[in-house]
Amino acid sequence: MISVATLTVMLLALIVFSSLIIFNVVAASALNSIQEKIDISVYFKTSSPEDEILRIKRSLEELDEVKSVEYVSRDRALEIFKERHIEDATITQAVEELADNPLSASLNIKADDPDQYSLIASYLDNSALEEYVEKVSYAQNQVVIDRLASIISVSRQAGVLLTVALAVVAILVVFNTILLAIYSNKEGIEIMRLVGASNMFIRGPYIVEGVIYGTIAAVLSTAIMLPVIYFISPYLKVFIPGMDLMGYFLNNIFTLFSYQLLFGIGIGIISSLIAVRRYLKV
Amino acid sequence: MINFQDVSKNYNGYQALIDITFKIVPQEFVSLVGRSGAGKSTIVKLLIGEDKPTKGRVTFGHYDVGKLKSNQLPQLRRHIGTVFQDFKLLPTKNVYENVAFALEVAGKPEREINDFVREVLDLVDLGSKAKNFIHELSGGEKQRVAIARAMVNRPDVVVADEPTGNLDPFNTSAIINLLTKINELGTTVILATHNKDIVNQAGRRVILIENGRIVRDEERGKYSL
Repeated sequence: MISVATLTVMLLALIVFSSLIIFNVVAASALNSIQEKIDISVYFKTSSPEDEILRIKRSLEELDEVKSVEYVSRDRALEIFKERHIEDATITQAVEELADNPLSASLNIKADDPDQYSLIASYLDNSALEEYVEKVSYAQNQVVIDRLASIISVSRQAGVLLTVALAVVAILVVFNTILLAIYSNKEGIEIMRLVGASNMFIRGPYIVEGVIYGTIAAVLSTAIMLPVIYFISPYLKVFIPGMDLMGYFLNNIFTLFSYQLLFGIGIGIISSLIAVRRYLKV
Repeated sequence: MINFQDVSKNYNGYQALIDITFKIVPQEFVSLVGRSGAGKSTIVKLLIGEDKPTKGRVTFGHYDVGKLKSNQLPQLRRHIGTVFQDFKLLPTKNVYENVAFALEVAGKPEREINDFVREVLDLVDLGSKAKNFIHELSGGEKQRVAIARAMVNRPDVVVADEPTGNLDPFNTSAIINLLTKINELGTTVILATHNKDIVNQAGRRVILIENGRIVRDEERGKYSL
């Protein structure tokens, strides 16, 4: 006899568990795509000599926190500016009329980890560099970076908490189901004990029952997630360019399924072991 | 073979057994008699390891029963056949399966199970009812199935706790005859009962228990209140 309530709760726990895995993937990819766009730009005074800027670039590259430093010379900056405004005749003309290049040279610094931008910023904020540096464009980005990082870490924690809470509920419900099964077969168990059945012989069927619940729930959960993700995937693509959730899901369907299977079977075994241990005096 | 040494058993302050000491040697037929609540069933429970003595020592062969861990109990119980007043048969299995069950849990091979079960069903004269379900049997037949199950793994001792409590005098007599026959075939039999007629019918060693104490232990005893 399969209990629908038990299966439902187990299924819920598994769906939240696998949503958490998928959320982690989506969050990581969202964070990545934003981090790609985030950097610290140091703009140098137009009077700063180029070899001084290159020296600062090398000293930055020696920092552990720094992933890469890209040098944009004044000429290159002008090129980029022109390219960007190629269709705007007024600006193109205005630039042409200028005798001197008004743009600053800059260094675009990327860090390994968004948390480290503040460290890099503080490194740049020293008096030795003051002579050359026009401005550091970190302050504007800082709030966005910090907020995104904290949103992601909070939602990840919430996901873990929800998974744990549902896992506990699932364990309790499966426990209860196994308990009922043990009670309804009290006589049979007593007889098994009397004729000398080994503990494993008596406990085995109940642990198998827990495993069966876990397996069925894992299969159902994967079957439910598939159409849901198929539906969500195109919408997600709009928010996070380059994110193909459906593709990810299909590529990793066996890994995800085995995680769910492990999780479900784990819940089943743990709860039936507790029930058997507490109520099967053998 | 069976040895109770200064055994006491308390249940939440109630003294079920007080300083019980007795020995049972192989191939003996022993009747444990006394009123309901005197402590007969407690002795049975201590012997099969279902309860542990509060004080004293219970040994069966080389097993120190009171000290066995739960995973060692099955080994002990395969040496002891048990028969109870309420038969304790599985209603979902037929006669053959109920008896075979005791061998299956011990992991015996199919062929051996088949031979042993046929043999023991013939012994209790139920060979023709092997395919019947338990609810199709009379009380006496049910108890004979239970005895067959207790016998099938060739135990050293058969313990019968009020085996005739639910039976009429005719079936009672048949069950006692059967237990006597089993004893004559070489198995130790312990019969716990409050029925004095059957004790006198058996005419063997009698241990009389009152209020948790042994008050008499006689060879070829009679039971009179």
